[in-house]
Amino acid sequence: MKKENLHKISSLVDELPPSGIRAFFDLVLGMDDVISLGVGEPDFVTPWHICEAAMFALEKGYTSYTSNRGLKELLEQISSYLKKERKVDYNPNTEILVTVGVSEAMDLLMRAILNAGDEVIIPEPCYVSYIPTVKLAGGNPVILPTWELPGFKVTAEEIKKRITPKTRALVLNYPSNPTGASYTKDELEKIAEVIIEKNILLISDEIYDHLSYDIEHTAMPSLPAMKERTIYLNGFSKGYAMTGFRLGYACGPEKIISAMTKIHQYTMLCAPIVSQMAAVEALKNGLPEVKKMAREYNRRRRLLVAGLNECGLKCHLPEGAFYAFASVESAGMTGMEFATELLKKEKVAVVPGEAFGSGGEKFIRLAYAASLNDIEEAIKRIKRFIGKK
Amino acid sequence: MDDILEILIQDARKTPAEIAKMTGKSENEVANIIDNYEKNGTILKYRAVLNPEHIAKADGAVRAWIEVKVTPQRGAGFDSIAERIYKFNEVKSCYLLSGGFDLLLLVEGKSLQEVAGFVSEKLSTLENVTSTSTHFLLKVYKENGDIFQTAEKKERLAISF
Repeated sequence: MKKENLHKISSLVDELPPSGIRAFFDLVLGMDDVISLGVGEPDFVTPWHICEAAMFALEKGYTSYTSNRGLKELLEQISSYLKKERKVDYNPNTEILVTVGVSEAMDLLMRAILNAGDEVIIPEPCYVSYIPTVKLAGGNPVILPTWELPGFKVTAEEIKKRITPKTRALVLNYPSNPTGASYTKDELEKIAEVIIEKNILLISDEIYDHLSYDIEHTAMPSLPAMKERTIYLNGFSKGYAMTGFRLGYACGPEKIISAMTKIHQYTMLCAPIVSQMAAVEALKNGLPEVKKMAREYNRRRRLLVAGLNECGLKCHLPEGAFYAFASVESAGMTGMEFATELLKKEKVAVVPGEAFGSGGEKFIRLAYAASLNDIEEAIKRIKRFIGKK
Repeated sequence: MDDILEILIQDARKTPAEIAKMTGKSENEVANIIDNYEKNGTILKYRAVLNPEHIAKADGAVRAWIEVKVTPQRGAGFDSIAERIYKFNEVKSCYLLSGGFDLLLLVEGKSLQEVAGFVSEKLSTLENVTSTSTHFLLKVYKENGDIFQTAEKKERLAISF
């Protein structure tokens, strides 16, 4: 091998676009005393009874591997939880896989179902990992822009337009990061019709399902004929404020879950046992605390969105998650310019819309996973910033 | 619990205008609801939550929990003896409990001597009080849901996807 090729990177990885947002992130992380509405995780600490269960697991010497699929008790808890709360029945022995966050599940899934050139429809704006995981698995992401659609919502018509003989799946994330958009049962049924008619898979990332404020959350696989067509992804990070535990799960048809388990077994072996023990406790006793946090986010949501609209930054009331996706068009700046200047002048961190897809120049994402005081102060500063600009 | 009450419990100084934004109700509506809560006695009063250690340093306040065994009275049960006791200014809280004793009092004084004096001169000498057991407060870790220690800085990134 030639010396200059010694550190050569695989072309698949090399061709992934470098995150244009990296420099901005570095700028934020290098600054002190920033009021941050730029964070994609809860500001609550994990509920104590869950932390305490993790400590107890350690004290009892639970420090080993678990079976590849996950602890039997956790698989059973997930199964009965989904049956009770989400009206969908998964077999804990064959249809569920415990993963290191939804991120791992997404990666496993793409690798398990895609052949070179297969297409996956991805609505934009979207969470940053979807497109790279499709590409790394050799697939082709087909973008469905929702920037101009009402409430940033995917419609059946827009999906149909993008279906080709190579289409393998549609990714749907609701409530959505970064827009907070979610769907009523009726809206989901219309999407499901297309999925059934065109015989493609639905990848349903419902990690924010507990944080749905105006719509009673319906799980895609609970709709008629959708369980066999859906891979349901969820986890503990957002609802239970357990991001650092890194724990998620995938549920779906036995054949697909087995294929995912095969990759998981070779690359990850299993999810950390302490996190799994904590998750058992979360499922057993965590819901009241989750609901309490959701009530608190709801107040912050209204406060933030009212404040943004007062500033003249157009923002629809997001139905879920903990993000507001506001237009900065009225300020005459791009999302990146707005975020950079706001950070430098007023020390408020938000994420430029550009991070979530091409077409994001008009937007910024503000997370209301921050204290009421921080949100009030941030709004005050944004007002001042827009006035001075 | 009602959203407005939950907000006020956390911060009683939130104005109706601010609460209106958080709840999606109009300012007038919020003001009316609070007004009703005040009138019907759901909201009794608003007061500041003080750090007891700071107050102890400034005023030399001493707190003690006192378990009291009493003889209930015919016709009045525990109520009349409880009243005799809770009307003392030193008694900040008074509860009737099941178990090994009857009344639990929170008593505050300027010094150990003052609290001890209250117990020996006022409380123990009451006719229906049969015994008392006094526990002086050494340290407050948590009170009414508030944890009294310097908040640790959480390791959360200032920005993430």
